[in-house]
Parts: sequence; structure tokens; C-alpha cells
Amino acid sequence: MSNDTALDFTADTVVTGTGQGAALFLRQPLSFWGGYDSIEGSVIDPRHPQRGVSLAGRVMLMERAKGSSSSSSVLAEAIRNGTGPSAIIMRERDLIVALGCIVASELYGIDVPVATADDAAWKILTELPDTARVSVQASDTGCRVSVQA
Amino acid sequence: MDLSDQDKARLDGSCGDAVALAMRILTRSAQVMGAQRLIDIENAHIDGCLYHGQASLDFVERLVQGDGKVVVPTTLNVGSLDLIHPELFRGGDELKSSAQRLMEAHIELGCESSFTCAPYQMKQRPRLGQQIAWAESNAIVFANSVLGARTNRYGDFMDLCAALTGRAPYCGLHIQENRYGRIVFEVTGFPQARDERDIWFAALGLLVGKRTGSLIPIIAGLPADTTEDELKAIGAASASSGSVAMFHAVGITPEARSLDVALGGKQPEAVIPVDMNDLREVRATLNSASPGDALVAVSVGTPHFSLAECATLERLLARHSRPLAVDFYVSTSRYILWELEESGSAQRLQDFGVQFVTDTCTYITPVMKQTRGLIMTNSGKWAHYAPANIGVEVAYGSLQECVLSAIEGKVCFHEQ
Repeated sequence: MSNDTALDFTADTVVTGTGQGAALFLRQPLSFWGGYDSIEGSVIDPRHPQRGVSLAGRVMLMERAKGSSSSSSVLAEAIRNGTGPSAIIMRERDLIVALGCIVASELYGIDVPVATADDAAWKILTELPDTARVSVQASDTGCRVSVQA
Repeated sequence: MDLSDQDKARLDGSCGDAVALAMRILTRSAQVMGAQRLIDIENAHIDGCLYHGQASLDFVERLVQGDGKVVVPTTLNVGSLDLIHPELFRGGDELKSSAQRLMEAHIELGCESSFTCAPYQMKQRPRLGQQIAWAESNAIVFANSVLGARTNRYGDFMDLCAALTGRAPYCGLHIQENRYGRIVFEVTGFPQARDERDIWFAALGLLVGKRTGSLIPIIAGLPADTTEDELKAIGAASASSGSVAMFHAVGITPEARSLDVALGGKQPEAVIPVDMNDLREVRATLNSASPGDALVAVSVGTPHFSLAECATLERLLARHSRPLAVDFYVSTSRYILWELEESGSAQRLQDFGVQFVTDTCTYITPVMKQTRGLIMTNSGKWAHYAPANIGVEVAYGSLQECVLSAIEGKVCFHEQ
């Protein structure tokens, strides 16, 4: 790793795993059911400001979840298809998002970690440039988030 | 987490691969929810038989291969197909076969082939105080509010894991202290006349869902003779516009003998007055139609129509001597349809031109002949979801207005 690693901080583990990628901040909560096309890999909710964006391989930053519990299935299906995020960081714990990742891990052995960040970390993460790479290492004992600008 | 010896045995594979997988998902979820232990549940309702892609099927097939069987009475929510009327399906063959397999695999796990979003209309239903694990937002809110059974908002995967193990995380609405209301909606001037008031319950539910946030709402001021179907409409609508899992109706629902009881003896965090102007406003936001607009169909029965609602529909249709000018769909469960067939009511409704859709619902799967154009409903839930789900425009009116409009072939409202 080069020595321009900008930041390294802790977060709370919701679902264990390791994942990295470019940060993608969803400016509004997304319901995966009815809001994400798990085959094409794009946001399809016409009311979402980032319609058309792909989550594939990204570290998805979403403050909180919304919508139907069927979102768990759509998220698990996106992870199976390779159209899902590589890691998820939120402000609030959410069972529906967590379940999608837990089931993908149990069925397909693909670990997409989920973590919750505090105010300070959230502010930094959501102001990152598109080029920044984020790495999430979530274990039972805690979660480490590293940002490389 | 504090696991019982039996939980540990389930987890280590002694009870088979399916139970071990279910238990792993359950304990990992319990940690997300912050539960310290699991409790026994006596009943489950599963929402996993609606096909969302290969992952839905892989999960259930894994449980079938691991010799999974449900250990408590378990009902199934709607699927993507009407297995009683398969000819209605208008989607592709591949989707059809996957969706059908998903429904059948659930039956192999021992679930009852109920395929209804209104399992509370079945003969055996949970009792006051029973711990259960239900999925499907409208069923959850009905179970907690109207039956007084105790469930959190379970959904895909978790519901089946609970059914296979008979266990659920002990937290949230399973615990008495978390079931009190915190916000009061004081309704004034609510209509009393039975035939005209159905949509106002749905409109009230939409308003409550939008404004209550994460607090359990208490509704005061409803007619003393409010029916279960009307409470169903409130619950379904409130769980569509918000994330309501339980509400109290003072003097009507079992945990709200009085306002004080519903509040658990505490003061409310807020009191929100609601009058008919507020409800008219809600109605207007759901309606994209004007009187006289041409209609392509009517769809009612979201959640599934009860026997009482079918009887009301038959009575309203019998008032007119003219035939229906547009398609008229009634979504209901196969059990209700069988009862209607036995009593002769199904035939009479079909003679009027009514088409029954069972096992599924008109807004989640392609079954209606026409979805381009204006479709009328009395369901707040249907009006909320159908435009995004299947791309229709919605006219929103009472059942009486739906019947009149279907006969005229154009939108008719009694009240402008």
C-alpha cells in the first residue's frame, strides 16, 4: 500500500466480511425491491436521484434503509449476480439489508460486510471524491474502515 | 448470545443441515437486532414464495435438500402465480416455471398451501398474547393489532428460519413493554354509513403510516361498530406508507380497552387531530382520475377479500340491473373462493362478470388483461404500490363507487 493512505477508523460490525471498492454515496435511501435491477445492475426507482447508477463492486454508503422486506431477496440476488455492492456502510442497523448479505454469505460464500459508522466517520465517507477507495474489514470483534484517497 | 442446549444442537447440525442453516441465519439476525436470546414461536406466516430471482429458489431448495420441515403451523403468503387459474398468467415460461417451483418447494417443507396475504381470515388463527413469526406487512400489523398476537416485522428468509426451528429473536414487539402506543391520532367526523366509509379507513391508514414514524400509533374516534375488514384496511395502508407493525384503536382492538391502557399509563409524545379534510387530501393524492374518465378495469381485494366483503360486493352489484362494462377483479384466497363456491355466491358474482384471482394479487404479477390506462380500486395499499409495480394509473374510490364505475365504464365518484 502506498503511503498516501488518508484515513483509517473503526466502525461497528453488522455483518462480518471483507470488501473494498470505490465509495458510492446514495443520497437517498433505496428500496432494493422495486428500486434495483439485480440483473442489469442499476437503480431503477424513477424517484431516486441516482437512477441508472450501478452498485456493482462499490462500497455503498446508505444512511438508512427503506421499503419492503422483499429487498433482502433482491439484494441477495444482486450479490449472486455480481451486480451488488462489495461492502455496505450505514448510519443505522437494518435487518433487511443485513439479511440479504447474511443469506448471500450462507448460500454462495460471498461475503459482503455491513457496518455502521458514527457521525464523524460518516461525514468523511460521504464527502470522499469518486476516486477514493474504501476497504471494509468487519469481524466479530469490530470493523476497520480504511480510505485511500 | 444466550442459546439453549436445543438451540446449540440445532446450530451444530445434530438436527440436520436445513435446521443448522436456518439457525445460523436466525442467530446472525438476532445479533443484528440486538436480541440476547431466542424464544419459542407457535405459528409462522411465510412471504418467501413470491419469486424475486434465483436466490429465492436456491434458499428454499437448500432447505428441501437438507430435509427441512416446518415445526409449527405455517401459512404461505401469495406467490407469483394463481395455481387455481394458471391460464391467467401473462408472463414468460421461464419465470412461470421458477415461480411455480418456488411455491411447490415451500409446500415440500410442510407449509400449508394457503397462498394468501390475509392468513388471519383462516379458521385457525393466532390468539391474544401468542408469540408468532409472521411476514407480509399487512398480516403483521393485523396480527399484532387486531388479534393481539406478538410478532416483529419478519420478512424473506427470517420467516422460514423461524418456522423450521420454532424460534425467534426475543426483542421488539415480542416484549410487552414495547407494545404500548406513543402517539395519538384523534379522529373527528368519521363517516358512519357502512357502504360509503371503506376508503376512509384506508385513507386514514395512509395518513397514520406517513406521520407516526417509528412510534406505535393509537387511533381514537373510530365508529364503535368498526369491522375487522375496516381494521385490515387501516393496517394495510399504514404499513404501505410507513413501517407500522402495530396500531391501537381505542375501544376496538384488544390491547386498547381505553386510551390509558393503550398508552401503558404514560403520556403520549404527540396528539395529532385528524378531520375529514385531512382524509380528503390523502384521497386526492392517490387519485389520478377525474369523474368521467374512461376506465379499463377495477381491482379489489388487496389485502385478499373476506367473505363479508364478497357479500357486500354481491349486494352492491345486485342493486344494478346492468352488466359490468369493464374487467372486475377480486383477489382472494382459495379458501374464501371455495366457501363462495359452496354457497353459490361465487357463481352469482361470476354471472355479474366478476373474475376471481386466487393465490396471488393483481399488482405483483401479470394477470390482468389490460394494465394500460386507468384502473380503479378501493384499496389504499393497491393505490400506493400499483403505479410503480405495474405502471397503471389509479382511480381511488369506495367499493360502491368502484361498482358504479365498472357498470358505467367510466369513473364515478359520489363525493367530489
